[in-house]
Amino acid sequence: MKINTFFYSIQQGFKNIARNSMFSLASMATMAACIFMFGIFYILVFNVNAMVQDAEESVAITVFFDEGLSEDEIKEIGKEIAKRTEVREMDFVSAEEAWESFKEVYFEGNEEYASGFSENPLANSANYAIYLKDVSKQTSLVTYLESIEGIRDVKQSQSVAETLTEFNKILSIVSGGIIAILLCVAVFLINNTITVGIAVRREEIAIMKLIGATDYLVRAPFIVEGIIIGLIGAAAPLVLLYVLYDKVVLYVAEKFAFVGSLLEFVSPHTLFQGLVPIGLLLGVGIGFLGSIWTIRKHLKV
Amino acid sequence: MIKLEHVSKSYSAGIPALNDVSLEIEDGEFVFIVGDSGSGKSTMIKLLLKELEPSAGTITINGKNLGRIRRRQIPKFRRNIGVVFQDFRLLKDRNVYENIAFAQKVIGEPTRNIKKKVPSFLSMVGLAAKYRSYPKELSGGEQQRVAIARALINEPSILLADEPTGNLDNNNAWEIMKLLEEVNNRGTTVIVVTHNMEIVKVMKKRVITVQKGVIVGDSKAGDTAYEN
Repeated sequence: MKINTFFYSIQQGFKNIARNSMFSLASMATMAACIFMFGIFYILVFNVNAMVQDAEESVAITVFFDEGLSEDEIKEIGKEIAKRTEVREMDFVSAEEAWESFKEVYFEGNEEYASGFSENPLANSANYAIYLKDVSKQTSLVTYLESIEGIRDVKQSQSVAETLTEFNKILSIVSGGIIAILLCVAVFLINNTITVGIAVRREEIAIMKLIGATDYLVRAPFIVEGIIIGLIGAAAPLVLLYVLYDKVVLYVAEKFAFVGSLLEFVSPHTLFQGLVPIGLLLGVGIGFLGSIWTIRKHLKV
Repeated sequence: MIKLEHVSKSYSAGIPALNDVSLEIEDGEFVFIVGDSGSGKSTMIKLLLKELEPSAGTITINGKNLGRIRRRQIPKFRRNIGVVFQDFRLLKDRNVYENIAFAQKVIGEPTRNIKKKVPSFLSMVGLAAKYRSYPKELSGGEQQRVAIARALINEPSILLADEPTGNLDNNNAWEIMKLLEEVNNRGTTVIVVTHNMEIVKVMKKRVITVQKGVIVGDSKAGDTAYEN
């Protein structure tokens, strides 16, 4: 390919868009709507995923031991448990610590009531809080823990993480479906735009072929047209999403400070590091494939 | 040299558009192809441009068997053949200069070369002063001159003209024929398909007559005996 031919194709691609401005704009708008929706779902899924991860990290299994077991014996069992691959972190809470923490929570401001207990009422409450690497491995670890001699009770909490995971799964499926439909619409519109472009330039194409233009040169401007539509159609909503996301995060942080701990948004920088290349690639890819498909169908050279 | 050997072309069952046609055209010749509508003249042009494939026979141009030219090689092959049509087929949204430069652009010629070359071809066809005009601002004869300049700018060895005077008045028709003769004098093989028998008679060039897909006459250049 000669460099002149390359630039000629790019120039003609832009001219095609200008000559066919209404159809091109419609295609860009549809593409923009698709990428915008894609971005929204991406942001939702990404954030919910981050929340699931947070929740998973806080999910712990609490293990209580048989009465009369000494702290040394308990720690010996703890060492065995720590060897398991599912375990990320373990915290030992002695009976004294458990009682102190209980007092803090339930006798706050009325510490004198607690002094009524001469012995630690939670003498048998020494426990291990076990944090997992992967919440889905919880059941297997619990089964193992229950089989260990000396363990009285194993308490597990998993509802939050499980609900979020389930929600994320549904969100992914729904968003995947909607995005797929929108992408089909985008491809259809690009196909329409380029078909019109080919019809408008039919005479020019015929002359080009007679003069000795290569297949590449006849086709390239239409592919450039598709790629430009895809690129602009993707870039515009990504910029809009960035601005909006930034504003929403700030707004929620200011106005709903009380939910701050529950709703921790992923930073725009982290989020868009992934979303921008994916969005652009998607736009350009659809533009490229849409134009290739149309050319194959309508432009026999 | 152009050589057709037992060439036939059928579009569908029925009378073939061309039937067992054999002929030779030497380099630098000026040839008229005449015949009624539907006689097979246009089919012959399309076969020479490899727009159509013959049903039988072989076509050789400048030593190349067209049947052996691969699809990818067709563009390069066509750059050696200039074509002019009855309806000029100029790009209406481009001016005279751009229409001629277009032929160079599509073969990837650098812009600086195009800028040098186009003015000389504009002068050759006598339109140097109108390089900024658009086709609709030109007369039929002028439009055909632009088309000829476009066909010649890539310096083909063969020029095919399909009814080049069909849409022109007598004066303009003669101007165009003179221009084609000039092109021929510079060494380009010129093949003109025409209905204009007056021009054919006066110019005394070789005349190939086609009827119902068969060559029924082939008079040599300078032969005054040609009468239809």
